[in-house]
Amino acid sequence: MTRVGFACAAGAAALGLALVAGAAPAASRSGIDYAGADVRAIQADDAQNPGMLWVDRGRALWNDGPRACAGCHGDAASSMKGVAVRHPAWSAAARRVVDLEDRINACRVERQRRPAFARESEDLNALTAFVATQSRGMPIAVDVTGPAQPAFERARDFYATRRGQMNLACASCHVENAGKRLLAETISEGHGNGYPAYRLEWQAVGSLQRRLRACLYGIRASLPPEGADVLTELELYLAWRASGLPVEAPGVRR
Amino acid sequence: MIDDASAPLPPLRSRARRRVLAAGGALVALRVVPVRAQTASELPQVAALTDDLAGRVPRFGRLSLDIPRLADNGNAVPLRIAMSGVFPAGTEIRSIRLYSPKNPVALMARFDFPAPPAKPAVDMRVRLAGTQRIAAIAELANGELHAAVADVDVTISACLDGT
Amino acid sequence: MAFARIQLPPSVKRGDAVEVRVSIRHPMETGFRVDDDGRTIARNTLKSLTCRYGDREVLRASLGSGIAANPYLRFHITAVASGDLVFEWIDDAGERGDARAALVVAG
Repeated sequence: MTRVGFACAAGAAALGLALVAGAAPAASRSGIDYAGADVRAIQADDAQNPGMLWVDRGRALWNDGPRACAGCHGDAASSMKGVAVRHPAWSAAARRVVDLEDRINACRVERQRRPAFARESEDLNALTAFVATQSRGMPIAVDVTGPAQPAFERARDFYATRRGQMNLACASCHVENAGKRLLAETISEGHGNGYPAYRLEWQAVGSLQRRLRACLYGIRASLPPEGADVLTELELYLAWRASGLPVEAPGVRR
Repeated sequence: MIDDASAPLPPLRSRARRRVLAAGGALVALRVVPVRAQTASELPQVAALTDDLAGRVPRFGRLSLDIPRLADNGNAVPLRIAMSGVFPAGTEIRSIRLYSPKNPVALMARFDFPAPPAKPAVDMRVRLAGTQRIAAIAELANGELHAAVADVDVTISACLDGT
Repeated sequence: MAFARIQLPPSVKRGDAVEVRVSIRHPMETGFRVDDDGRTIARNTLKSLTCRYGDREVLRASLGSGIAANPYLRFHITAVASGDLVFEWIDDAGERGDARAALVVAG
């Protein structure tokens, strides 16, 4: 992981120039590598991983109803393989970057003709976890070129900009201080490859956007609403930073 | 906040460093030999536990509580209760109870074995409301009581999560 | 809809000590949390959990708020004959749940 220093928001542009869009950062480590032995043990064992209960629920939803996902997509193990690794992605239909949750909801509304799931609802997290787990172990590979590039650049700048009462940027912790201690915890590189994840703090599976909002809360910055473009675009930037890391959904984090 | 005084861990680029880091990481959530209580005076003060003992004195040494010394998160801490030694007929484990002096509810869980368990152990994940010493009491078919304690440090999350 | 996972070895021999692992979707609400409107969320834990193997009860448990959400248990039973392991539970709200898995015993 290239360590770059920056002093102010102007340095963010320099940070961006140093990492050319499309040239993914050097070898990075998943959040699970920064977790304690117990969290790692729980994630490694499907019998213990509470996230699998959400995956099971997602499987039931996949097969549920007259216009079930399975009706068009059949066996998710084959049809959804590789889907999570390329999300978030530019959607020509929506004319914006969308994440996996948006994709699922778009299908639900337009194809299944059912009401959209609420963001962070148990059902949406379950279905997203189920779809994401079909790409388990596959390396993340999102496309940040073409129509997605402006979103990528906005998010890259967001990541490097100080904000909140604590005046911290994402990079302040996850680039500048990854590996150092924050109280009793070790700061990770802030990759999202374990999401949707079962967070011990939440006692439930939650989305990457929830984790980002939690981070913003932690630095006392204002929280964008769930599903906001700024959060989806940040997910895209994070997926680019995590290029090559394996999808771990459902991950376990503290 | 961020502890600048601590030596920063080197960026992980090689498998060798990864192993070293893994070893160092293991030291943080250390499964040290659990505190081996020897006498009832080392049991935590829990009214429910005192009531359940009803004046009986438990034995120490055979029952163990295997739990990390430092909990990743107080919401879910893995725990194994196990009992060593042989179990001649009539001395099988009948029940296990788990007590906390700090949780709002003192009796954390109770397990009863109508049929003798094939192995004298139960694994679970517990919720701990702060750093404390928890205690387990196992009752055998012949009425013998066995006790074990474990000290667990539970730290607060570095960043508050309002979501 | 109750969601639970039961993990058993694929097949065992009569007399073997069989590892049983169960994971149950349940919030194990402590009764001490408040919702966004400041109202206390009622306590809801697994007041009663039983495991039957064939026609014998092998485990009875009462899991309180001191057990983590989405409880996980691991214990061992002695393999006798092929049959179902059936978990049943009642929580403080009176909701019942159940899950079963087949144990295949050779010899």
